[in-house]
Amino acid sequence: MSALGEAATGLRRSPLLGSLAVAAIGFSLFIIGLFALTSYNIHMALTSAESRVEVVAYLDDDAGVERIQLARGEIGGFPEVDSVRFVSKTEALVNASNQLTEFSDVFSDLDINPLPASLEIRLLPGYRTPEHVTAVADRVALYPFVEDIQFGLDWVNQLHRLRRVAGGTAMVLGGAFALVAVLLIGTAVRMWVLARAREIDIMYTVGASEAYIRRPYLVEGLVTGLLGGLLALALTLGIYFLVSRVLFQIAWIPDLWVISGVGAGGLIGCLAAARAIRRELRAIHAV
Amino acid sequence: MIQFRNVSKIYPQAGAALDDVSFHLRKGEFAFLTGASGAGKTTVLQLVHMQKRPTRGVVRVSRFSSDRIRRREIPQLRRRVGVVFQDFRLLDRLTAAENVGFALKVTGTQRRKIAPQVQKLLGQVGLAARAGAKPTELSGGEQQRVAIARALATQPVVLLADEPTGNLDERAKNGVVDLFRAINAAGTAVLMATHDAELIRRHPEIRVLELEHGALVYDSEMREGAA
Repeated sequence: MSALGEAATGLRRSPLLGSLAVAAIGFSLFIIGLFALTSYNIHMALTSAESRVEVVAYLDDDAGVERIQLARGEIGGFPEVDSVRFVSKTEALVNASNQLTEFSDVFSDLDINPLPASLEIRLLPGYRTPEHVTAVADRVALYPFVEDIQFGLDWVNQLHRLRRVAGGTAMVLGGAFALVAVLLIGTAVRMWVLARAREIDIMYTVGASEAYIRRPYLVEGLVTGLLGGLLALALTLGIYFLVSRVLFQIAWIPDLWVISGVGAGGLIGCLAAARAIRRELRAIHAV
Repeated sequence: MIQFRNVSKIYPQAGAALDDVSFHLRKGEFAFLTGASGAGKTTVLQLVHMQKRPTRGVVRVSRFSSDRIRRREIPQLRRRVGVVFQDFRLLDRLTAAENVGFALKVTGTQRRKIAPQVQKLLGQVGLAARAGAKPTELSGGEQQRVAIARALATQPVVLLADEPTGNLDERAKNGVVDLFRAINAAGTAVLMATHDAELIRRHPEIRVLELEHGALVYDSEMREGAA
């Protein structure tokens, strides 16, 4: 309680530096918050998209039922595969005419069915990544009666790439802001120490422990960092509401991420203060 | 109590501040540490307080030794060694009582015990009636008494005083020295640095250690021993 009171006094004594440090930590974590929001929504989109990812193997008309059944069993035994469904030529035609109603007359007037039979291969969760889909497709393509393979992975690849770019950018910008925050907190601590140099000197003289002397500064750093974390949370929430109302509905990040983000602010503040106070106290009272 | 064994302190740029100094201040003893400015008096006190470590030799204070003490043990040593400075070093924003209480608070005294102890300490230095006054409202002599009360807060076994009468008029000076004698009579050793020759002459019963250019050139006890 006493350390908290001393910390509050310290923050009151240099409000400008304290505010700058809060803002710097806030912006560094805001950048990371934006990345988290983007990344989480890309993750949700990827999960949803990946659940629909399937490999479709189009078959020769003369593939033969026995060979198809045999292949279906073998493919169903692949570790990545969830299910294999056979779609006959007739079913393919019915599906096509149902989906493309404007061409239903064309489909009904056909003398022969031009659509191939196919195997629709769904993958297990965790195997719906571009690497696994490609690996399964390559193996299925080895069957001689497989004429063509399709898997709509281009845009899944794009989403993965976007997530990587967003992550890298956030790390660089967030890291730069975090460094500025560390320097500002260091300067703030130096100011706080200079303002209290006589008190600190007396504390050393009468035998106060190092931990006792350092505690208020660590609390000041912690409070500054936590305030920065809360500022970042407010800014990220603002962006979330803005995008959700003006552009499109997006998902809010999980609570654990929020707590970790604000906690990271506190940690940055505390570590920066610890580094600065160590140096400053040694300068005041070298032994 | 305090033992200097062949102690030298050499600064890289300023050179030797102390050169092969040896003496022993026993428990409950009173000694003046004298010499011209720059003779090394403050360095001796800083070494006793372990603000500095000797370049050569060993300083022993109570159970602590400069060659073995660990950084985290230094606060323990300092609670056994009270210090009074020429410029008092009081906190102007605090009252006399709060200045004394500050020392108790930062050394971990329980909150409920602080007020009665402060009252007792201010009574001991004759300032009970001025407890609520701030340093700027006190005379030099009164400020020095507050500083002495603060130095006694941790019940030290030795009191170091660095030119404590340097900023005081004659009356206040005598009052402070009398207070040191009373504290010493109660069992606390006192090592008082001063270059006031007149003050030393007025107290021939007090041991004198004299430094010159960092060397101990005179110890009244040794002279008596030799005689």
